[in-house]
Amino acid sequence: MTLKEIVSLLQAEVICENNHLDKTVKYAFAADLMSDVLRLDTSEMILITGLANLQTIRTAEMSDISYILFVRDKQISPEMVELAKESNIALIQCKQSMFRVCGELYIAGLKPIY
Amino acid sequence: MEFNFNIEGGNFSHAGAASSEVKKVLKQLNVDVSLIKRIVVALYEAEVNVVAHAYEGMMKVVLSSDFIEVTITDRGPGIPDISLAMKEGYSTASPQVREMGFGAGMGLPNIKKNCDKLEIVSKVNEGTTVKMTTFFS
Repeated sequence: MTLKEIVSLLQAEVICENNHLDKTVKYAFAADLMSDVLRLDTSEMILITGLANLQTIRTAEMSDISYILFVRDKQISPEMVELAKESNIALIQCKQSMFRVCGELYIAGLKPIY
Repeated sequence: MEFNFNIEGGNFSHAGAASSEVKKVLKQLNVDVSLIKRIVVALYEAEVNVVAHAYEGMMKVVLSSDFIEVTITDRGPGIPDISLAMKEGYSTASPQVREMGFGAGMGLPNIKKNCDKLEIVSKVNEGTTVKMTTFFS
């Protein structure tokens, strides 16, 4: 599914798109622990997280992850948006819990990495 | 080619800035993307370790046509038992570090996984030197 379809399904807010909205997303990984994200060998995925700080963006940058979905209505700072723009990362945000988001996206066809 | 970056202990708003600069250089040099990812993930883990545990540090990057060698030297508490620190799950990180999404005792093992050669020398109450080498072919 495309990032735009994810936004629509979750009634999410696009914080910065960086021209990624029409890109196809096949895989997802959910974590609040950035150490877990840094251990992944793959980059072709959307990161679902409730951890909203600069290191979330840095971790995605280092891991070549282009899309981040923040759950639980976490607030995204202007510094995070600035860094995401520099790193060409799309940020979207929704109000639902991580469990619910993962369930909805799994049903919609997103695949787990492992 | 040689680059040097300062790393400020305790300042999480800048953690990763040095690794990000190295990533830009490697991209400009057209290094293979999967290799860049391995290198910068190892650097970032090591940079976060300095921010999380030390007072200050320095990252020295030496780039040749065959390899990249990065030496991170910090002034800090040091590591009393390096083999214990290399064990997955062992951590002395503060609650502040854990709030940033780190401190699960996975950093050093992940550095080892993502570089070809890793050397760690540490002296308690003085500091730690981590040397990572990755070959381009």
